[in-house]
Amino acid sequence: MIDMQDIYMTYPNGVVALNGINVTIEQGEFVYIVGPSGAGKSTFSKMLLREEVPDRGRIIVNNKDLSNLKMKEIPYLRRDVGMVYQDFRLLPRLTVYENISFALEVIEESPKSIRRRVMEVLDLVGLKNKARFIPDELSGGEQQRVAIARAIANRPQLLIADEPTGNLDPETSWEIMRILEEINNTGTTVIMATHSREIVNAIKKRVIAIEDGLIVRDEHRGEYGYEA
Amino acid sequence: MKLSTLKRHMKEGTRNTWRNSWMTIASVGAVTTTLILVGTFLILMFNLNHVAEQLEEDVQIKTMIDLTAEQSEVNQLEENIRSIDEVGTVEFRTKEEELESLIESMGEQGEAWEMYQQSNPLNDVFVVKAADPANTAKVANEIGTLNAVDKVEYGEDYVDRLFTFNDYARNIGLILIVALIFTAIFLISNTIKITIMARKKEINIMKLVGATNGFIRWPFFVEGLILGVLGSIIPVALTLFGYYYLTHNVVIFEQFSFVQLLPFTPFAWQVSGLIIGIGAAIGVWGSVMSVRKFLKV
Ligand SMILES: Nc1ncnc2c1ncn2[C@@H]1O[C@H](COP(=O)(O)OP(=O)(O)OP(=O)(O)O)[C@@H](O)[C@H]1O
Ligand SMILES: [Mg+2]
Repeated sequence: MIDMQDIYMTYPNGVVALNGINVTIEQGEFVYIVGPSGAGKSTFSKMLLREEVPDRGRIIVNNKDLSNLKMKEIPYLRRDVGMVYQDFRLLPRLTVYENISFALEVIEESPKSIRRRVMEVLDLVGLKNKARFIPDELSGGEQQRVAIARAIANRPQLLIADEPTGNLDPETSWEIMRILEEINNTGTTVIMATHSREIVNAIKKRVIAIEDGLIVRDEHRGEYGYEA
Repeated sequence: MKLSTLKRHMKEGTRNTWRNSWMTIASVGAVTTTLILVGTFLILMFNLNHVAEQLEEDVQIKTMIDLTAEQSEVNQLEENIRSIDEVGTVEFRTKEEELESLIESMGEQGEAWEMYQQSNPLNDVFVVKAADPANTAKVANEIGTLNAVDKVEYGEDYVDRLFTFNDYARNIGLILIVALIFTAIFLISNTIKITIMARKKEINIMKLVGATNGFIRWPFFVEGLILGVLGSIIPVALTLFGYYYLTHNVVIFEQFSFVQLLPFTPFAWQVSGLIIGIGAAIGVWGSVMSVRKFLKV
């Protein structure tokens, strides 16, 4: 599903974010990405969407080799990958409903099935009653749930969630984890960057630790491994 | 593209026009100003062309027939003239008819010529018109080489100057129109760009959820179309009312009865159509150009 070899990435300002990443992730896996702030977790996620391009190295996602992907093919790669951003990235002038339906309009679903699917995922994240709100009228946790709903709306093969529980109270966090596991059970690969020691240690999955742009640990059913 | 997607783009485009009302007013203003100027130029150019064509129609070649020519030679000459490719019409006029029309055209002073009616010094003539007035000089030269021709006259200077003037007017008009159109496109694309800065983040997000460039561009296409058509309302109204007034109420043109403006119907309607078309093109081009830079994500 995902194969990264020797990935190096430097931001235009000279910060080296990834420093030789090698990793393989199979279809259907659930993977935590852990590591200190600034280690390169978000950058790692952005590589998979081709939002950032490596200086060198090879990335394969969904059997697509990103290094020789044509500009025209990028949108189609992104449709198979749902991304929950650390900063949500909701469209500020659209309602919750429209934010989610947009992702389905893009792939030209029929209006009827769009309506059905949007209500379905809103129900899943428990925001059916806030469908007509705009993002500014929601709490941080609610915005995060909208971002999750949008990411899973078109049933992607791969779901990347960058700290999806970062702004949530413990109870809602467990709720989100239940949703992610449910999605994972349907065969979707889930990659989740997180700082939550409770979650990683309670729901045992593969753990990949990144420090200074390098993978320093990769364990099945691993531990969070850092002090809180 | 699916019908539902097209509908979505129309809705989105309309909404953006509405939401960015300042940008809309500024762009529509730019289009309106441009189209008023373009419309004025168009009306001027087409009418100038029309007047020139009418004058060209009157350009004729007078072939003076040799005074000593026999009837058979005259017949042969007519045949020869007709066989020249570029010739349109050939008309025989006797010297009496020629004198008659000369006297008439002189008015008061014409009386002085009446004494010539006894011994007419004029020639019989063939009045020749080239099928395409632009070939007048060529035809005249060719006739000049034929037998039984005394002299050929066709107001050389006047014809040449007319054609030259007409060409200049047309070219200058076209250059001005093109320059105006590009200025308007530039203005619009920059006006829209200001609001796009705000929309930049949105476009970025759209691309990240898998929107193609085409998908993002469509609402801008619709938006440009709306701006262009809105901008052509006042110019079209001005054209219709203004031209109606010009053709129906302005008297000077009656004094020069040989100069006819193009008739209101269909001309004013055709110009209006052209104005709307140009307006739409300006709007769409400006709008789609403004978004180009932001699609490289
Ligand atoms: N757009 C950018 N331009 C320049 N440098 C950046 C940019 N984004 C991230 N960086 C830098 O790259 C490094 C890795 O950042 P990244 O966001 O991947 O870290 P992270 O592991 O996600 O951290 P956190 O846990 O705080 O989210 C950091 O040093 C950061 O300052
Ligand atoms: Mg991060």
